[in-house]
Amino acid sequence: METIQPLIEARHLVRLYPGGVRAVAGISFQVAPGECFGLLGPNGAGKTTTFEMLEGLQTPTSGQVLFKGQPLGRTYRESIGIQFQTTALQDFQTVAESLTMFASLYRRRADRDELIRLCHLGDILDRDTRTLSGGQRQRLLLAIALVNDPELLFLDEPTTGLDPQSRRNFWGLIEQVRRRGTTVLITTHYMEEAERLCDRIAIVDQGRIVVEGRPQDLIRDQFPAHLIRLPESAWPDAVPLPPEALVQNGEIELPTAEVAPQIEALERIGADLSALRLATPNLEDLFLKLTGHALRN
Amino acid sequence: MWRRILAILVARNREFYRDRAGLGWNLLMPLLMVLAFAFIFPDQQTALLKIGVLTPDDTLSGVESPMLDLKAVTFVTVSSAEQASAIVKVERHQLDLLFDPNPGAPHYWVNSDSARGALAERLLLTAGCAPAGSATGAGPQASNPPQRQALSGAALRYVDWVLPGVLAMNVLFSSLWGVGWVIVRYRKNGVLRRLRATPLSAWEFLTAQVLSRLLVVLGANAIVYLAVEWLLEVPMRGSAVTLALVYVAGALCLISLGLIVAARLRSEELADGLLNLLSWPMLLLSGVWFSLEGTSPWAQWVAQASPLTHLVAAARAVMLDGAGLVEVLPEIGVLLALAAAFLALATWMFRWE
Repeated sequence: METIQPLIEARHLVRLYPGGVRAVAGISFQVAPGECFGLLGPNGAGKTTTFEMLEGLQTPTSGQVLFKGQPLGRTYRESIGIQFQTTALQDFQTVAESLTMFASLYRRRADRDELIRLCHLGDILDRDTRTLSGGQRQRLLLAIALVNDPELLFLDEPTTGLDPQSRRNFWGLIEQVRRRGTTVLITTHYMEEAERLCDRIAIVDQGRIVVEGRPQDLIRDQFPAHLIRLPESAWPDAVPLPPEALVQNGEIELPTAEVAPQIEALERIGADLSALRLATPNLEDLFLKLTGHALRN
Repeated sequence: MWRRILAILVARNREFYRDRAGLGWNLLMPLLMVLAFAFIFPDQQTALLKIGVLTPDDTLSGVESPMLDLKAVTFVTVSSAEQASAIVKVERHQLDLLFDPNPGAPHYWVNSDSARGALAERLLLTAGCAPAGSATGAGPQASNPPQRQALSGAALRYVDWVLPGVLAMNVLFSSLWGVGWVIVRYRKNGVLRRLRATPLSAWEFLTAQVLSRLLVVLGANAIVYLAVEWLLEVPMRGSAVTLALVYVAGALCLISLGLIVAARLRSEELADGLLNLLSWPMLLLSGVWFSLEGTSPWAQWVAQASPLTHLVAAARAVMLDGAGLVEVLPEIGVLLALAAAFLALATWMFRWE
C-alpha cells in the first residue's frame, strides 16, 4: 500500500478552540483510493472536528490535509461528497427537487436514474422531504452526497437513530457504493458497522489516535482468543483479582488464550460458575478497553 | 455560476410559495391594513370649511376683506412661496378654496368638482366679493370683484395618501424578515452547513437570496396594489414603470440591510429582536402613517438616514404627484447607494456557520 499515493492524507492535524481546548491534538493517517477508513471514538473524542478539517470546512490550527498529494484547493469540493450527522434541507421541496437542486451546484454529475435506483428513491420522488421516515431520509442524504459522483465520500455517523433493519439496508448501500470504487471515510458509534464496512479503522480518544489498523488485526493484537465473563458477585471475596481482569458494569472480564485451564483455575478458587459466559473479543471490546479509562478512573 | 444561483433561487421561491400560510399573510396583511384605513378614516373630516388666504407676511392682520368675518370657516395663511402647493391642495380637496385678497386684482381658486368648494365660493361671494360679470350678489363693494380660477381634481383620501407607505412597509417587512430571519434559521438548522459543503460560494448564495426576495416583494406588492386599486380606485398619476423602479431600489436596499443582520447570528430570537429594533423607528420616522411636516428638526434629520423615508417619499411623488423618473432619481440614487454599501458589508461579514 505504501507504493500507492494516498487519496487523502492527514498530517499532524491540530485544532485548538477558543479557551485553549485541544479538540484535535495531532492526528495523522492516510487513506488509499478505494479504501474504507473508519474513525471511531467516544463522544467528544475529536472525530467530527477531524472530519471537518478533512472536508475543508475548518482550517487546522496546525498541520495539513493533502488530497492526491496536494493541499486542498478550490476544486476540492467538486471531488467530495458529504453526509452530515444532522442536515436540514430547504422546506417545501420534494425528493426529486432536492436532488435537482444539489446536482445543479456541481459541474460533475452522477447519472440521475442510476442514483435513484441505487438509493431506492424511485417510490418517494414526489414526497415532501419533511415527511420522510428516518431510513428514507438517510437514503436521500446519501444520494445528495453522491450527486456529483465523488471520488471521496464522507459519512458522519450515517446510521445514528435508524432502526436495525434500516441500518442493515444502509450498509448494503454503502457496500454497493464501494464496489463502484468510491473511497469512503466514516465515523461511527456502532462497532458492528465499522467491522462490517471498514478496511481499516483508527480509534480516537482525547484528540489523538490511540490505535490504527485492520479491525481483525487490532483485536488479535490486543486480546487473547477468548473472553470469560462472570458476574462480580461470583468472585470469592478473599481472592484478589488478577491484573489482566477488567471490571465494568458489575461484570468481571478475563481475557484467556485457552479456555479449559482457566475454568479449572476458577473452580479451584471457589468462583461461582453458574452464570459464566464465554465470548470472542470483538471491536466493541477493543473500543472499551482502549477508551474506557475515563469512565473507570 | 448562474446555474448555481438559479438552483438556490428556485428552491427558495418554492419554499415561499408553497408555504400557504406565509404566502397568504404576505398578501393579506397589507391589503387588510389599507382597507382598515379606508374604513377608519372615511374622509368626512370636519364640517368646517377651510380657506387658504395668500398673505405676504404669514398673518391675516394686514388683509382687508369682509370675507374674514365669516363664521364656521377656518382660514389658513399661505405665503407666496407656498402658493403652488396650496393650489394642489385645492385640487385634492384638502383645501376648499384659495383666496388672494390682493386689492388690485383679487382672485380665488376653487375646485369645480368639490361640493364644499362650491359652498366656500358661495360664502365668499355673498360676503361681498361678487365675481366680475356675475349677476348674483352684486352689492356695494362689487366694484373690484375677485376673479374665479377654476380647478379640478378628485379628493385625496387618507387611504390614497397612505397606500404608497403601506406598500413600502410591506417591502420593509418582507425584505428584512424574508432574508434576515430565513438565513438565521438556515444557519441554525444546518441548511447553510450543507450548502457550504458544495461548490456554492457565499456571494452566489447571497445573490440568489436577494433576487428571490426581490421577485417575491415585487410580485406581492403588485398583487396588493391591483387589489387595492380594484376595491378603492386609488390615484396613479405617474408611470407604473417608474414606481416599480422605486420599489426595486427600496427592496434591494432593505434586503441588503436584512443580510447584514443575518450575516452571523445563530439565534432566531435575537435576529427577530434586531429586525424589530431596526424596523419600528424606520416606520415611525419615515412618514408611512403621518406626514413629518412640523415634527422636530432632529426627527427629520434622523428620518433622512432611513431608507424607508426615501422609498416612501419617492413612491408618493410618483403615485400622487405624477413625478417622472428624473424627479425621483435622487431618491432612487440614495436607495441604490445604501443598497451597495449594505450588500458589501453583509458579504464581508457573512459566515456560513
